[in-house]
Amino acid sequence: MLRFLLGRVTLILPTFVCVTLASFLLIHAVPGDPIEVRVGEHGIAPERLAMLRHQFGLDQPLWKQFLDYETQLAHGDLGNSVVTHASVWDEFLTLFPATVELGVCALIFALVVGLPLGVIAAVRRGTAFDYGLMGVSVTGASMPIFWWGLMVILVFSVFLGWTPVSGRIGDAFFVEPWSGFMLIDSWYSDDEGAVWSALTHLILPTIVLGTVPLATIARMTRSSMLEVLGDDFIRTARAKGLSPLRVVVVHALRNALIPVVTVVGLQVGGLMGGAILTETIFAWPGIGHWLVEAIQRRDYPVLQGGTLVIAVLVMAVNLGVDVTYGFLNPRIRK
Amino acid sequence: MRDFWRSFSQNRGAVLGLLLMVGLIILAVTADIAAPFSPIEQYRDAFLAPPVWMEGGSFRYVLGTDDVGRDILSRLIFGARLSLMIGFMVVALALSVGTTLGLAAAFAGGIVDIVIMRLMDVILVFPSLLLAIVIVAILGPGLFNAMLAVSVVILPSYTRLVRASALSELARDYVKATRSAGAGTLRLMFAVVLPNCLAPLIVQASLGFSNAILDAAALGFLGLGAQPPTPEWGTMLAGALQYYQRAWWVLAFPGLSILITVLAFNLFGDGLRDALDPKLKR
Amino acid sequence: MFKKSLIGTLAMAAVLAGGAAQSKTLVYCAEGSPENFNPMINTTGTTFNANRPIYNRLVEFKPGTTEVGPGLAESWTVSPDGLTFVFKLRHNAKWQSNKSFKPTRGFNADDVIFSFERQWKDSNPYHKVSGGGYDYFNDMSMPDLLASIDKVDDYTVRFVLKKPQAPFLANLAMDFATIQSAEYADVLMKAGKPEQIDQEPIGTGPYEYVQYVRDATIRYKAFPGYWGTKPKIDTLVYSINKDPAVRLAKLRANECQISFGPLPADLPGIKADKNLQLISQAGLNIGYLAFNNTKAPFTDQKVRVAINMAIDKKAILDAVYQGAGTPAKNLIPPTLWSYNTKVEDFKYDPAAAKKLLAEAGFPDGFETDLWAMPVQRPYNPDARRIAELMQSDLAKVGIKAKIVSYEWGEYRKRVQNSEHGMALLGWTGDNGDPDNFFVPLAGCAAARVGGGSASKWCNKEFEGIVQKAAEVTNQAERTKLYEQAQVIMHREAPFYLIAHSVVFLPMRANVTGFKLSPLGSFEFNNVDLK
Repeated sequence: MLRFLLGRVTLILPTFVCVTLASFLLIHAVPGDPIEVRVGEHGIAPERLAMLRHQFGLDQPLWKQFLDYETQLAHGDLGNSVVTHASVWDEFLTLFPATVELGVCALIFALVVGLPLGVIAAVRRGTAFDYGLMGVSVTGASMPIFWWGLMVILVFSVFLGWTPVSGRIGDAFFVEPWSGFMLIDSWYSDDEGAVWSALTHLILPTIVLGTVPLATIARMTRSSMLEVLGDDFIRTARAKGLSPLRVVVVHALRNALIPVVTVVGLQVGGLMGGAILTETIFAWPGIGHWLVEAIQRRDYPVLQGGTLVIAVLVMAVNLGVDVTYGFLNPRIRK
Repeated sequence: MRDFWRSFSQNRGAVLGLLLMVGLIILAVTADIAAPFSPIEQYRDAFLAPPVWMEGGSFRYVLGTDDVGRDILSRLIFGARLSLMIGFMVVALALSVGTTLGLAAAFAGGIVDIVIMRLMDVILVFPSLLLAIVIVAILGPGLFNAMLAVSVVILPSYTRLVRASALSELARDYVKATRSAGAGTLRLMFAVVLPNCLAPLIVQASLGFSNAILDAAALGFLGLGAQPPTPEWGTMLAGALQYYQRAWWVLAFPGLSILITVLAFNLFGDGLRDALDPKLKR
Repeated sequence: MFKKSLIGTLAMAAVLAGGAAQSKTLVYCAEGSPENFNPMINTTGTTFNANRPIYNRLVEFKPGTTEVGPGLAESWTVSPDGLTFVFKLRHNAKWQSNKSFKPTRGFNADDVIFSFERQWKDSNPYHKVSGGGYDYFNDMSMPDLLASIDKVDDYTVRFVLKKPQAPFLANLAMDFATIQSAEYADVLMKAGKPEQIDQEPIGTGPYEYVQYVRDATIRYKAFPGYWGTKPKIDTLVYSINKDPAVRLAKLRANECQISFGPLPADLPGIKADKNLQLISQAGLNIGYLAFNNTKAPFTDQKVRVAINMAIDKKAILDAVYQGAGTPAKNLIPPTLWSYNTKVEDFKYDPAAAKKLLAEAGFPDGFETDLWAMPVQRPYNPDARRIAELMQSDLAKVGIKAKIVSYEWGEYRKRVQNSEHGMALLGWTGDNGDPDNFFVPLAGCAAARVGGGSASKWCNKEFEGIVQKAAEVTNQAERTKLYEQAQVIMHREAPFYLIAHSVVFLPMRANVTGFKLSPLGSFEFNNVDLK
């Protein structure tokens, strides 16, 4: 087991270096640099452009810039944003909780709704409910979520006026951001309406971001349940006269969950992509929003630092999934 | 083949998907005849005309017009052509490059294998949409560049799939036998091993079609895909953003078209998977 | 669902109402996030607006005008040769405070010296802090202009220029000339975190900075020590929303009381809404299609005029500006002095255009590219849509124009490098002087490859007049010269001038005392809620 773990970890360092190089090269290959983007309609004198370039180190050869960047990274410094001049790591820390909050809520929503639906569909296999659910879930998995988000806003916020249009909390509430998670922070603020406001702001983005995972989880649960329900031990349990509910929930579901959990693990990576679109539509101040804006502004340090942190997180999640697999399935440990 | 069709046709969803697909293909091919108007002609007397069933709508513009007076139905029909083309090109590109890389990694092993697979890992580590956005930023916005970006992003899944199935085939006795009989590496690659990896590849490709259409539309939505006045569905959505609260139809129909198309390919792909490879059934 | 949210709304309304009894809160729906809290190092109106509650300048534009009035300087004198400016400073201006800084003194000459030397002199320890790109300071050619800045006494500062320049005083009223606290700077330098001066601002203005939640809200509270009229609003909140439809929705729901930049399409609805009021101000801007005058066939005046007659301006104004624009016939907007009302715009006449093209040797038209920027600008709400309309009009006279777009920074760079055939672009005035339009947009210096002019137009006759107008000080004389320049420009048609956009600002009916500035800046000093 230790060897397996060690093997996976040693693979990570070269991947990490490759990732820093790839993000560096890709971002520098984008035409235009932060200074040109900033210039505006005014234009800029060539001498001043040269001077500013020099100041930002952009006149150095690319390999030199990369080495400088790696040295800086080795010191644990992600640099400062070219636009706001604030530290990239600080910016990440203030924005990341927003993305996590949204992502976690979306996953919880997907699980809480998806699991029972999948189980019911499996138990009632072949009924109208089953067919209906499978139809809905394949539709959900096919959903262009950028459009879905807008439609949901149109119906619930614009036509019906039930939910706020965008943001994380009503502007009237003054919430001290000590954890960064709005639900927690608003709980500790003096305003009693703050928590409610934060909750209502979460509803639509959660549904939109949770749609695809929900569909996937429901389908996965159904097929995995079907497999388990056919197994001998379930038949035995039934034969023993245990109540059907007990059989399904306690015996079958527990065994059916394993593949579902892996799927959930895999969804985490996909959530990041969905978060970019969801955050753009709902003006949710999170990481996806931040990175897309950084591309537009050619904010090299933010882009590099941000993609790097995310890459590390994805690698960590992948490693976690691998290790869990290794535990569950000793065969692949070698 | 008959077995395949029997099991495929039993799957109602798959048949529905197939029918939808055929319908879309027919529309795409006959767009010039099927569409009532040119997709880029602006009717200056009819900005944001509502669909026929709403007050003020007319049969002239069945699904209404957009903010510069173009017939939405016609744009959607021509858009079908584009979307199918995007799906096809992206999958073809990713499939051919992915297959080549995957086979090369499996056959060469050693350093080649490591380099290729590390590269794929790196691609996978970035959130795919973000990577696609950066690639388009490098190449410049446009339909072709967007397709290229999507191809790069989905490349690793094909490469990994081919490599894994090729490796398992390589370990089999019949491959060893062919090799000892003196078959060349290329022949071994493409004539012996590849045909045996085809089933999962076909499934992956048919499901990849829908992803390609979705991703390209997302890029179009962010203003990075096809440029106006091209009637690409995602681009139409981007153009509709300003007006959607006032004229919901400029938003609803292009998105619905994307949904239906993606749904068709997903249903078809699922059916294909179940019919081709019962082992994969889950 | 509905019931619950109703309770929520009621609860929220109760909180709002309860809050209003003790203190007044005004929420302004802003369009974007500030880059940071120092106008010296930024160029965007969004950042300037976010800073204006906090800071002051030596002189300031009087609300709603481009006229310069006193700010932190109570009065000033100018020497007869126009080279020496002496400013008498206000004694009663105090600095705000925050967790890491409690001021020990009020505002004085040291702060003025610090704020200008930070931008001007390499030797100032803050010169390189926060990236150190003082774009406006340089754009306004301050380094070439300034000979010295001296402290005469604690409340007197003397500026000496190298050459006389009429708009100098107006330049000092611009946002880049903000005054920061020298004492705060010293404290932060000692604490080893100088960057904080631009992240947690300390100013002398009517409102103190409280909190900035990135991409969400900026919070200010009234500063009790403010030297001017005390603001009537206790808490000022900027709520950041990029989507104009969202901003309007929030305004309608009274989640904000003033909302930036409505969509032209929504204006009729706003006017009809009894709960809202709509104020407007002709913008100090111009949106245009620039011909690349150095590239054939646009070197031919006939071709340029032909295109001017081939494009239906009314259709563009109707479909894209939707009433939020006045058709442009001169490069400068009608609100600016020296606007030549006698110039008559080209008539939309495709047949005549076709004839003119034939005379120029293009009976069947030609192929070219038509560039459209990817972003919304104050002078152009939707460049791509305009490009599509133009493309369709041009096709009718045989000109096949291909729409080209690049990412915004790239776009400007390529236009400045003269890579385009025709390009959509525009300009917003900085200081209310016609010189600030003619020279950067149509002057010969800006026409070089890499220069700011998109037309790349360099006409000796025009250039001579504009140069002369910059040197004379008599405004009547200047007006005559500029009027003449506009006649030449109309004859040569280096641009297809589209429109001057009108800036609209919707707000709740109970908001009073807000004045829109022609320079596009926002001030909340005198705003109140009835």
